[in-house]
Amino acid sequence: MRSLFASFLLAIAPLAPAMAEDQVTTFALENGLEVVVIEDHRAPVVTQMVWYRAGSADEPPGASGVAHFLEHLLFKGTETIEPGEFSATVARNGGSDNAFTSYDYTAYFQRIAADRLELMMRMESDRMVNLQLGEGDIATERDVIIEERNQRVENNPSALFREQKNAVQYLNHHYGVPIIGWQHEMHDLGLEDALAYYRTFYAPNNAILVVAGDVTPEDVRQLAETYYGPIPANPDLPERVRPQEPRQMAERRMTFRDDRVAQPYVSRSYIAPERDSGAQEEAAALTLLAEILGGGSTSVLTQKLQFDSRIAVQTGVYYSGLSLDDTTFSLVVVPAAGVTLEQAEAAMDDVLTTFLETGIDPDQLERIKMQVRASEIYARDDVGGLANRYGRALAQGLSVADVQAWPEILQNTTEDDIMAAARKVFDRNTSVTGWLMAPEVTQ
Amino acid sequence: MIRFVLAVVMLLAALPARAGVEVQELTTPGGLEAWLVEDHSIPFVALELRFRGGGSLDAPGKRGATNLMVGLLEEGAGNLDAQGFARATESLAANFSYGVSDDAVSISAHFLTENRDQAMTLLRASLLETRFDPDAIERVRAQITSIIQSSQKDPRDLVGMSFDALVYGDHPYATSLNGTLESVAALTREDILAAQRAAMARDRLYISAVGDITGDELSALLDDLLGNLPAIGAPLAGEATLNLPGGVKVVDFDTPQSIAAFAQPGIDRDHPDFFAAYLLNHILGGGSFESRLMNEVREKRGLTYGVYSYLLDKDGAALWMGSVASANDRVAEAMSVIRDEWAKIREEGVTEAELQDAKTYLTGAYPLRFEGNGPIADIAVGMQMEGLPTDYITTRNDKLNAVTLDDVNRVARDLLDPAKLTFVVVGKPEGIESTIN
Repeated sequence: MRSLFASFLLAIAPLAPAMAEDQVTTFALENGLEVVVIEDHRAPVVTQMVWYRAGSADEPPGASGVAHFLEHLLFKGTETIEPGEFSATVARNGGSDNAFTSYDYTAYFQRIAADRLELMMRMESDRMVNLQLGEGDIATERDVIIEERNQRVENNPSALFREQKNAVQYLNHHYGVPIIGWQHEMHDLGLEDALAYYRTFYAPNNAILVVAGDVTPEDVRQLAETYYGPIPANPDLPERVRPQEPRQMAERRMTFRDDRVAQPYVSRSYIAPERDSGAQEEAAALTLLAEILGGGSTSVLTQKLQFDSRIAVQTGVYYSGLSLDDTTFSLVVVPAAGVTLEQAEAAMDDVLTTFLETGIDPDQLERIKMQVRASEIYARDDVGGLANRYGRALAQGLSVADVQAWPEILQNTTEDDIMAAARKVFDRNTSVTGWLMAPEVTQ
Repeated sequence: MIRFVLAVVMLLAALPARAGVEVQELTTPGGLEAWLVEDHSIPFVALELRFRGGGSLDAPGKRGATNLMVGLLEEGAGNLDAQGFARATESLAANFSYGVSDDAVSISAHFLTENRDQAMTLLRASLLETRFDPDAIERVRAQITSIIQSSQKDPRDLVGMSFDALVYGDHPYATSLNGTLESVAALTREDILAAQRAAMARDRLYISAVGDITGDELSALLDDLLGNLPAIGAPLAGEATLNLPGGVKVVDFDTPQSIAAFAQPGIDRDHPDFFAAYLLNHILGGGSFESRLMNEVREKRGLTYGVYSYLLDKDGAALWMGSVASANDRVAEAMSVIRDEWAKIREEGVTEAELQDAKTYLTGAYPLRFEGNGPIADIAVGMQMEGLPTDYITTRNDKLNAVTLDDVNRVARDLLDPAKLTFVVVGKPEGIESTIN
């Protein structure tokens, strides 16, 4: 047994060259629509996704939630499709459809038998410009999104806490406003808010079409030319410049109390750079740093706080470089019974301080890089995941080349790169620390 | 509009895609049975193991033992402690996940062809040479304790627990498989070892594998991996006696949105009317935007973000269940609409057009599930647990299509029972009084 386990480190061999990117073809239409085709011929299934480079962070002040509201309203109807008919038609063809909204994008998708792609393109291209809305659609659907907010946020103290903490993190950028919207502004969202957003942002020159599954690039190109090709580009599409954060010069702290909190925790986030086109190196270092500190049982935070000192029952480290503007690098420590949040936070800071002094265990970094390599093999099994990967990246300022360079950039990131990124990001003056806890009991 | 609809109907004339999955049934030299779908296009394998019984096998007074045991499977095995086991798994880039439900212990493993043998050596150790080190037990026990405490203040968990307590009587389903703070605190290492012997035995094991492996390779792998498991585990929990008296139970909890679970008696998977009930449920509340409940409660009235119904087929209970969440001052109306729709579909039945739409959707959606090694392995092991033959993949849509409008409407009258439709509501619902203690 022992000798076998000892040999594991030698098992890190270069993997077969067949990587996910081999399945990908890209082109653009004359009206500016970018198209990504991802081939997977194992099953006669196709996923169509249309991503708009417009999310909640592109909303005008005072209309928070309108990007997501409009996403709901896109299922209402067009000049040729009755309200509700879009999804009903997808279903009658054995498919499923839905949509989602984030800070930087709004995306619509259908998953269906591959021979129904043409119908999907006809309908999706139709609602890119032909949406028909009435006041009646607005009132009922606004109630729905208010209930959605109730379900996701109001009923969940952790979600309320994250929302408040995000608002503290971003003084000026719209990332500080929740995607679903502030409750008081959602009540006032109207038809004109939705239509103004729609007319501004929904256009082929602000969209990415991703088609993944049992299709050929030639067929997709022909269909895309037929259905999306005739839609004119929006010549007035605004340049995508949003209000940026000012320099943060002092750490910020908050405590959020709620009767429904059974398990308190501390959360610390630092402003951090994102992946930029042609310059993804620092984000790669931060991605690996998050893995080193919080990725699984052997990570630094887990080992020190859950295994050694037992101060925590759970720890987490989160960083996603996919973001159009500055993002965050965050850590969460859930204290064990009898440990205060003050103690938990101090222990977390001790771990960070020690880590900055002692550096990275090279074996751990090697294991992480092995997993990065393998994830490209596993990714080929999930064509929907690949479609998401390209759609998200292209909607957030990256190119296809950036996406395909990313695994290699991760592999080439050194211990020194990661430590340099760590020293830069862990600056308390650019941090927010939040405590989530139950109310104090007064006698 | 008319022309457009016609075009859609034309498209439907094309046959829906068939799931092109070839399942090999194999029996290993050691006597294990497994389903294999060979696909060598990506150099990895998805392996699924299921042990029937799951959390419901907890011995009396030992609630939470199976859950704690499963939580410890990856926390040290053979000569590796928890950290060593994690390091070894990471080095191979293998993904093992261990889960438990009311009816099964589930193990999913994804591993690369290039280091398959080492990955299986590790997985085998976690199943057969689990260490259950005292420090690991305390670490996982503390996590489960935290989860139990959180679930007592989470409205979604509360509605599930309150519903189970009301409906399942003295069956294990009535309580959370996490256990209680007291029962988990009292569990010993001996209890955990006993739970492992009870739950993980060959007499209740189901296996599927999909991906880059041949039948002979899989046979040898499985005998080595699982051959030394105990032959026989603990007796299964058996059927629950359902308490569904109709009416409402309110669980007071201070939160802005009430969450309701509702149910009436359901139908077994192997009942001849199952497909008729399945189609009926799809029309009533089966998850799509087009269901009657979604249309009436969400689309027309804006009372909720989501309302669903589904046929719950547990090993020891069959329920027709559903859920909805609405603001405290609107949930009474949502529940009233649900009750009306329940009664209406029973009295008036469904239309031929609704049935046709449901068939088209469900038969078309079926092959879409078979996308990727992981999902196919999951479906294949689930089919075995349901007692379905491999050719079900090709016959299932024919069975759905054979259901007539008369079948569905007969089942609606026979099976739907608004008087037994029982609601459990967590929140501060306005205008609703408990009729059940």
